[in-house]
Amino acid sequence: MTVEPKECSSERQRGWMRSRADRTTTVGAVLTRIGVLSVVSALGLYLVPLLISYRMWLWLTIVLVAIAAIFAIYSTRRFVPAKYIFPGTFFLAVLLIVPVLMTVNYSFTNFGDGHRGTKEQAVSSIIGNSVHLVPGSPTYRLTVATQGSAEYGPFALFLVDDAAPEGDVYRGVEGQPLEVFPGEVMVVDGRVTAIPGYRVLTPHEVNAAFATIREIVVMVDEESAIRIQGTGAAFQGRATLAFEENTGVITDLDTGETFTVGRVGNSYVFVDADGQRAFPQSWLQYIGLDNYIRLFTNRTIAGEFLQALIWTLMFAFSSVFLTFIIGFFLAVTLNDRRVRGRKAMRSWLLLPYAVPGFISILIWSNFFNRDFGLINDLLGTHLNWLGDPTLARFAVILTNTWLGFPYMFIVCTGALQSIPDDVLEAARIDGASGWQSTWKITMPLLLVSVAPLLVASFAFNFNNFNVIELLTQGGPFAPGQFTRGSTDILISMVYRIAFGGDGADFGFASAVSVALFVLTGVLAAIQFRFTKRLEDIA
Amino acid sequence: MSARLPRRRWLKEVGWRYAVAGLALSFAAFPILYVISASLDPIGSVASTSIVPTNGFSLVHYRRLFDGSVGPFPRWYLNTLIVCTFVAVVQIVCSTCAAYAFSRLRFRGRRGGLLALMLIMMFPNVLAMIAIFNMFAGLGQVVPAIGLSTVLGYCIAMTGGALGQVWLIKGTMDSIPRSLDEAARIDGAGHFVIFRRILLPILRPIIATTTLLAFVGVISEFLIGSLFLTDPNSKTLAVGLFGLLQNDRSANLGVFAAGAVLTIIPVVLLFRYLQRHIVGDATSGAVKG
Repeated sequence: MTVEPKECSSERQRGWMRSRADRTTTVGAVLTRIGVLSVVSALGLYLVPLLISYRMWLWLTIVLVAIAAIFAIYSTRRFVPAKYIFPGTFFLAVLLIVPVLMTVNYSFTNFGDGHRGTKEQAVSSIIGNSVHLVPGSPTYRLTVATQGSAEYGPFALFLVDDAAPEGDVYRGVEGQPLEVFPGEVMVVDGRVTAIPGYRVLTPHEVNAAFATIREIVVMVDEESAIRIQGTGAAFQGRATLAFEENTGVITDLDTGETFTVGRVGNSYVFVDADGQRAFPQSWLQYIGLDNYIRLFTNRTIAGEFLQALIWTLMFAFSSVFLTFIIGFFLAVTLNDRRVRGRKAMRSWLLLPYAVPGFISILIWSNFFNRDFGLINDLLGTHLNWLGDPTLARFAVILTNTWLGFPYMFIVCTGALQSIPDDVLEAARIDGASGWQSTWKITMPLLLVSVAPLLVASFAFNFNNFNVIELLTQGGPFAPGQFTRGSTDILISMVYRIAFGGDGADFGFASAVSVALFVLTGVLAAIQFRFTKRLEDIA
Repeated sequence: MSARLPRRRWLKEVGWRYAVAGLALSFAAFPILYVISASLDPIGSVASTSIVPTNGFSLVHYRRLFDGSVGPFPRWYLNTLIVCTFVAVVQIVCSTCAAYAFSRLRFRGRRGGLLALMLIMMFPNVLAMIAIFNMFAGLGQVVPAIGLSTVLGYCIAMTGGALGQVWLIKGTMDSIPRSLDEAARIDGAGHFVIFRRILLPILRPIIATTTLLAFVGVISEFLIGSLFLTDPNSKTLAVGLFGLLQNDRSANLGVFAAGAVLTIIPVVLLFRYLQRHIVGDATSGAVKG
């Protein structure tokens, strides 16, 4: 390289300066910029009030920060690199980094079924659920409508008194007292059928969202409230519980029994005089390190975690090992000029790699049937592949080997072709057999270049959810065990704790996720080292 | 050539290679033959199906797939196309832009940013499934169009990997001589013109390839899909076909197989077209790390 003459570089600099000064901004560019910024402003104007009314502070922060960043970066000529980096970074931050931080945050809470929302919401749900039909209470014909979605609401109840079908129409919205609806509505046969500005839910939609709608309680006065009786009927009943704001005590109006806040397990809930949990509703609380203490010191749970970890490592290791050995062996076998049709064979062997993974796994899931499955047919056995813990693990590894060996085959073929022929030639002259030169010369040379990919493949399989879920759904499960089956790796165990049939326990599942972050981080660090070392070599 | 070797030596040095290859080829092919056979077998249960169709030949499963009796299959197909296209386009646009900044512009935190990116991308977004699920459950209450159980919401949730292709594209960009940019700059071109008019045309082949690779990479996403897409009309092929087998494995095997064949064919064709790039990619990765 030559040192550039000074004049030249300053000349270039002047050219650069001049071009900046002379650059004419085209009309199209200005219009695009104005267009983008107005779309962003419009979106902001639409979203910000909505997010405030729903108290969604996280999304509100994201939207405000994004708008501020877009205006700062794109309305001026400064921050040129940021103009290019911002879009991807935005998605990365909102959909990867924020979720990771939120997971860490959840891991210090009791978030899950029965522990959602605020204490106020839990109290009003408890009181509302105590509303009972008393003889002589008014009943209503119910129409459910929404200004939002038919699935999530918010829902409004439109009611016509059964006793006065021609009378007033009432509107009830959660958190507001019942009121006579002032607007125009269409009423057919004493039932509201259309309301301007609302969308009336069809009976089918009401059914679909009934779990949510059923819980709606509209207070009429201190002691009575509207509750829903069926998809088309509601009644006004009397609450048998009352909440005392000052003392924080819930009293049963019929028996005089009182319920106070007490600690059960790791959360605060309303308890009766014996300290037993009285109501299923509770609220989201920070519980410190409880989830982690449970994960690492509770003997049963720690045991489950450890077993899942061991199996995850076994699964990832055997997958990499088997696919690599098979791929390597095939690559060596076909890497001989005397074999004809190598090209056709190679592209045929890539077939399992080309088929989308989920399809392959689902196809394999049919092979392991005890009575009619292909594997038992071929082997002449009658094994209960997916019903036995050891066999199920074997089935998972076998399937994953089929999925993975073509990749290792390509990688090894490529690496073999980059090993110079004269190295092997020299070995042969020195009297090495084919077998010896394969093991002692080819393999070590190839490992140097393939090792980073083996580590990457290990990291991939460490979190390979699909092959577990689509093949065995984690099963077989021990009796009474719902959160970890014999083939569950850590990530599918998190999935089952958080979303399995045993009820959602997001807080604890998040603590397991954080453990998984740490383990994935260790793998990432190892991958980093390998890449670095290789850069030094190259 | 082989005829010149004595028979015994040929067997020892070459012949066994054909035997091994034959075994490997059958191992690679049998699940695919099985699914083709199952899709054409008129009975189409686990018990009746083998690698070759034995009960005759029929297109009844393909018909059932499209008459909606087992679910809106064409809809799943379309949804999958939408999701894969959306995610691939977002990923490539974001990655190409970022790669330009990292390759051509000089700014503070450039090296650190690249390393941080490499590290962050090693954490798959599924690790944070609980938070992603709850974020979109909340968002769906405010903006129902991008909530859970919507294709658009799922598309957006999948864009966490928007910078996934930066390294690959940056590598290619680094190999384009800088003198091209310099020349354009002296002619008065701004940063965007250099990007649009000089670099993008040269990068077109690698961009096309990475787009298709990103596209194929999303097809098999199942975890977030199974959490988000509960409405039959919003499902992707992965979620829909899994549900089909879960509902009644024996009765739906034939229909599943027909759906699988229709999914495999375009992807395998696409893959064949991409093969040289993928092979080149994997091997260059093997050498460079």
